[in-house]
Amino acid sequence: MTAAANAKMRAASAKKIRQFITPEGVDLELKIAGSGLRFGALMVDLILIQLALLLFWLAMLWIGVASRSDVTEVIWMLGAFLLRTFWFIGFELGSRAATPGKRLMGIRVVARDGGRLTADAVVARNLIRELEIFLPLMMLGAGVAEDAVSGWLMLAGVLWSLTLSLFLLFNRDRMRMGDLIAGTWVVMAQRVKLDADIGVDAAGDAMIFTEAELAVYGIFELQELERVLRSRDPRAMREVADAIRAKIGRAIAEEDDVFLLSYYRQLKARLERKLLFGKRREDKYASD
Amino acid sequence: MIPPAAPARALDAPTFSTSRFRAEREADWIAFDLLLSRLEKKGAAALTSDELLQLPLLYRATLSSLSIARATSLDKALLDHLEALSIRGYFLVYGVRESRWNRIRRFFLYDWPAAIRSVWKETLIISLIILLGALTSYSLVSNNPEWYFNFVDEEMAGGRDPRATVEFLQSTLGHGKAAAASEGESGLHVFATYLFTHNSQVSILSFALGFAFGVPTMMLEYYQGIGLGAMMAVFSAKGLGYDFGGWLFIHGTTELFAAALSGAAGLRIGTAVVFPGARGRLQAAAEAGRTAGKVMVGVILMLFAAGLLEGFGRQLITDTMLRYAIGALMLLFWLAYYYIPRREDVT
Repeated sequence: MTAAANAKMRAASAKKIRQFITPEGVDLELKIAGSGLRFGALMVDLILIQLALLLFWLAMLWIGVASRSDVTEVIWMLGAFLLRTFWFIGFELGSRAATPGKRLMGIRVVARDGGRLTADAVVARNLIRELEIFLPLMMLGAGVAEDAVSGWLMLAGVLWSLTLSLFLLFNRDRMRMGDLIAGTWVVMAQRVKLDADIGVDAAGDAMIFTEAELAVYGIFELQELERVLRSRDPRAMREVADAIRAKIGRAIAEEDDVFLLSYYRQLKARLERKLLFGKRREDKYASD
Repeated sequence: MIPPAAPARALDAPTFSTSRFRAEREADWIAFDLLLSRLEKKGAAALTSDELLQLPLLYRATLSSLSIARATSLDKALLDHLEALSIRGYFLVYGVRESRWNRIRRFFLYDWPAAIRSVWKETLIISLIILLGALTSYSLVSNNPEWYFNFVDEEMAGGRDPRATVEFLQSTLGHGKAAAASEGESGLHVFATYLFTHNSQVSILSFALGFAFGVPTMMLEYYQGIGLGAMMAVFSAKGLGYDFGGWLFIHGTTELFAAALSGAAGLRIGTAVVFPGARGRLQAAAEAGRTAGKVMVGVILMLFAAGLLEGFGRQLITDTMLRYAIGALMLLFWLAYYYIPRREDVT
């Protein structure tokens, strides 16, 4: 990886971050959810709805046959309509503002102005969904049903409706038509477990590194090293340890994990001290 | 290369250590996390008053930890955890300000009528468009019945076209012997439910199409008027205008009103996008969308009422006068509910 690639990656992730200042004056730095996650969440929800409908249908069929009454048909039609229309609305009105699909993907709906997410906004964004999903399907259906409509005309219709459905691909904030009209965003809301502090282990003092040996890396490399240490994969640790040894010119003398942990801890202490003095070294290419 | 025999430690441990920072504050974060999990699962009722008082304190402590960690710590796991915890906390602490029951009560008492009052101009325009559609097709079909087949789908009409006999048409209105024979009472609720779900979907569509500058919405509503006018012409040509009116009126006042409102909601969004005024276009669309969202919940409820009237009321009540009376009563009820001025909600 080169300096340019590193900078590009940072810029890409910064482009997804939106300022979101709480009344206490802290910027929460919300991250806009990517289109892939949104699509995945939608698919999960649609599959769940279909499953629920199937179970519901079987139950109604069973009751209907058993009781010989057509009340079940009414319940089925009403239930299917309610489920389809209010699945999204109902879940997004909850305290987590996310459907099961969204929860699975770790995303949630948020009001764009930072206020609270109101019921009308949720209703508006989800009724528009009806259009976004069904308009292209309807266009296709209409084209197939009527032979009079030429293929090109049908294609134009489908393309036009697809631009509405895929609206979220064409704007920076990944808003779909419904988000635009309801004034909402979908942002990342993953739960992150608090992992143990690996900086305080006694093994961290097993080796002592010199200033020159620590000066070769920056924050990006430190956090990559942290990731490797937390994943505890011996092969990855071996590779990283060898790379660092080669870079700072040390012979293989100790276990990989002891070496890496010591190095991590001292590098972190060094970089954090610099940070306290207002010097943030993003990666190894930045000047020390 | 062999390192120097006894390298001096590169750094003394700094007096401010991020590990110590974490050790001091970790208990607060864990307590906050636990409180949030319980709040998410069981709602505010699950917390004791002591815990509720703790909540904002822990929230502020977590936010302050986040600020400090961002300035001093490079531990990615710690930063990520604090960030996620703060975001979760923010939306729970600031998100819900009233109970679900209160929300529903306020919606029925204030929000719903207020939203509908605020789209009165659009409602008027859409009503005129429906009327215009009805008049267009009425005059065309009256002059030349052949036009009928351009307006009404043959399957939808179900034989109700200019070629039909008076007796047949009468039977479709629920009068005479043919009606009693053909339609048992058992199918009514199925029919009502079908009507409700179908009409709701059409209304949602006419609302959702609003953002395309309101043009498709107006076309859809015009088309609804066309079908209505064509039917009207067929029946009145056979001298059944009065009966058909009653057949339509009993649920039509509610249903057409709802249709007009859904169109009005769509139009509100369309006009907000085209003429945002002093606001930004996005902001205007968002504000219009929220009003329209409230209107749409109301529309679905109205259509539910219309479906009941259509499925049960219309089939069971065959007296034309009574049909007119019920229809007029429903219309008066909706008008009074929406447009009689009332004191605004103060909460």
